[in-house]
Amino acid sequence: MSWFSRSRLLTGAVVLGAAGVGYACSGGRSSSLAGASDAAQRVYVAPGEQDELYAFLSGGFNGQVGVYGLPSGRLLKVIPVFSQSAENGWGYSEETKPMLETSYGFIPWDDLHHTALSQTDGIDDGRWLFVNGNNTPRVARVDLTTFETNEILEIPNAAGNHASPFVTENTEYIVSSTRFSVPVPNRDVPIADYKAQFKGQISFITADQPGKMDIAFQIIVPGFNYDLARAGKGPSSGWMFFSSYNSEQANTLLEVNASQNDKDYIAAVNYRAAEACVKAGKGRRTAAEYRHNYMDEFSRVARSNTRTSVLQFTAAECPGVMYYLPTPKSPHGADVDPTGEFIVAGGKLAAVIPVHSAVKMLAAIAAREFEGELEGIPVLKYESTIAGEVKEPGLGPLHTEFDGKGYAYTSMFLSSEIVKWKIGTWEVVDRAPTYYSVGHLMIPGGATRRPYGRYALAMNKITKDRYLPTGPELAHSAQLFDITGERMQLLLDFPTNGEPHYANAIEASLVRDRQKRFYAIAENSHPQIARSARETGIERRGKVVHVRMTSVRSHFSPDNIEGVMVGDTVLFHVTNIEQDWDVPHGFAILGAQNSELLIMPGETRTLRYIPRRAGVFPFYCTDFCSALHQEMQGYVRVSAPGSAVALTATTNNKTAAQGGN
Amino acid sequence: MTSRARWLLVVATALMATVYVLPLWRVRLIAPQYPEGLGMLIRVNGVEGIKPQDLNSINNLNHYIGMKRIVPEAIPELKWMPWILAALIVSGLLVAALGRRVPLFIWGGALGLILVAGLFDYWRWGYDYGHDLDMATAIIKIPGMTYQPPLIGSKKLLNFRATSWPASGGIALTLAAGLVAVAIADSRRRVVASPQV
Repeated sequence: MSWFSRSRLLTGAVVLGAAGVGYACSGGRSSSLAGASDAAQRVYVAPGEQDELYAFLSGGFNGQVGVYGLPSGRLLKVIPVFSQSAENGWGYSEETKPMLETSYGFIPWDDLHHTALSQTDGIDDGRWLFVNGNNTPRVARVDLTTFETNEILEIPNAAGNHASPFVTENTEYIVSSTRFSVPVPNRDVPIADYKAQFKGQISFITADQPGKMDIAFQIIVPGFNYDLARAGKGPSSGWMFFSSYNSEQANTLLEVNASQNDKDYIAAVNYRAAEACVKAGKGRRTAAEYRHNYMDEFSRVARSNTRTSVLQFTAAECPGVMYYLPTPKSPHGADVDPTGEFIVAGGKLAAVIPVHSAVKMLAAIAAREFEGELEGIPVLKYESTIAGEVKEPGLGPLHTEFDGKGYAYTSMFLSSEIVKWKIGTWEVVDRAPTYYSVGHLMIPGGATRRPYGRYALAMNKITKDRYLPTGPELAHSAQLFDITGERMQLLLDFPTNGEPHYANAIEASLVRDRQKRFYAIAENSHPQIARSARETGIERRGKVVHVRMTSVRSHFSPDNIEGVMVGDTVLFHVTNIEQDWDVPHGFAILGAQNSELLIMPGETRTLRYIPRRAGVFPFYCTDFCSALHQEMQGYVRVSAPGSAVALTATTNNKTAAQGGN
Repeated sequence: MTSRARWLLVVATALMATVYVLPLWRVRLIAPQYPEGLGMLIRVNGVEGIKPQDLNSINNLNHYIGMKRIVPEAIPELKWMPWILAALIVSGLLVAALGRRVPLFIWGGALGLILVAGLFDYWRWGYDYGHDLDMATAIIKIPGMTYQPPLIGSKKLLNFRATSWPASGGIALTLAAGLVAVAIADSRRRVVASPQV
């Protein structure tokens, strides 16, 4: 009895409950671990040498992005996006707080699921990384010259922004869609009214200009759970494909109630047709409150602006914009191959991997081969769009990427493996175990028109015994495979930050050669900048004291501050006046109910400090900057309210405005 | 003056004119913390960083050893030098046009003197920066230690290795001086060979 048919005897629920069973049952695996020393050589990046690729791994519940080098698996940086980061003051400093504003107020966290690199002509171009916030629906842009988040847009009428932020061929749009359908507009209704009142939304967000992210249009769609998406290319150019599940529209116990239908749907959205529909004046501006947050390039101060309406239409109002492709069964991935001809679905509970053909889909639409309609959206016949099915692929297919050489690689959650199959013959040609329960996998450029190939990275949900144990909570594991040969070879196993749901990787040169080394102080337009010690100063405005400071190796100007009183709010505006690479300065003060600041060269950052008691409190540089870093310190004298101590700020007994460098 | 000497003179003045664009000298500073290096370019009318902020960074580092800030605007020579050079070029072209030997010898002598004086002045500024340290505010004080970069060659100054060589403009000037020397030798030889001229 083959491993597959044996497994199939189990009921769906039992299979789901026993992630390890599929793995235990599966025999006859052909893939091999590369010889240990051979594998070590292929991932070894000698001291002083650099990795071949940047990999951006979403951090899941940490709300950040982990940047790793491949093939070494070395962690290079953690980029805070939706989560406050006490490490560098992101979301704590006055300049960055507005980035985390939403229509619900300041939110210091989100669940960051997916990454998408900007593209030109369907190929990753290394300008920006887009990411999504799932919990309080948002999308963000990370600038890859600074590795910093500089734009966040909230998505109204969404709940669970999961099928996001996948990108179109020339970064015209990134998308957002609903995982948890909700009443649109959201209002107080019985949950049992789900089918009547709950809706999904699919939004297309203009993304090709920093600072100008906007929801071009929002399509109101049936209340399913929308899951993942990919843009078309070639014959499917101008289309976006979204997987959906819970076509049962269950609002309780989804693990059972949303697993009833044999087929759910891939939603094919023709965004060119949607643009035409908007142009024809079919949408309407609907009231909706959401935020757009943007970090100004020169002042490096973020602003949060409220927007009050969104352009909406229903799929039924714009015929030709949206079609449903029946797809077994609770599909996760909807992945478009490099040619743009094939759309691969990963049905979590499906016994096959169905592959739709874009060419057949277009023909079927022209021939109106519909099996019905859902809320005015034509449902195409399965037979009319299907190009082939990969039989007996394994258990729990989730997500597929491509090597550009005619092969597809699908992650199998339940049987815990990567399955390699040939496009066209739909035959499985290799399988490699993962440790354990792979979610997404990533091939560098594997979702683009021209995959870089060479490697596949498995992002696993379960770690168990792979590393030294660290109590109940373990690091998630990633595994790097060499996919240059006929058979996949496991090269490296490394722990990751947070829970990577998805990742992108790109040739290092496309990002490395465009790095900003410091911010030009001549371009700094921060309202409280001090370009040199001569421009430093202190000023009281009622109960608020502004201190304009500079930091340079190895001192602050001013470094002795007196005349502050309990009950004041002190704002330290610290400008790092270095103009050199890799010389950040830190700033921290005893008793601040806040984080530190980490200030990049040429940048101004502000820490809010509310002294709670009288005394003298030190501040110091927290980033080891120089041989005399330990000397880089100062004092603030805090006096009782109403005291007569004069407000002064000095360095070496010179008042701030008279100082030297 | 032979016509060859006159042409040599024209080429020499052209080479001298390149100095308005090309740097005269290059000082590079490499330390463990600065694998990419910091550096200065000495020009006929200024001092600047090899990278835009290098001079600022060098000045910031130099405060540890009590060195004065290098402020190009405060070095008067950098204001005169372009004019002296302009005068040399114009008079050099005049000498070539005139085609007489004596003016050539005088002009060549003046050029040589000015080049030697310029080099000496550059060395003197280096000496001054490297030795005239403000020990009251210096943070790192090493008895007997001075920080003059070499005129040519390489020297270890604390954690930095300072390397100094003529840059393209300096090489052009040297070549120009060489051509002038050849022109002078050429003119003198013709005198010996044909005393009737």
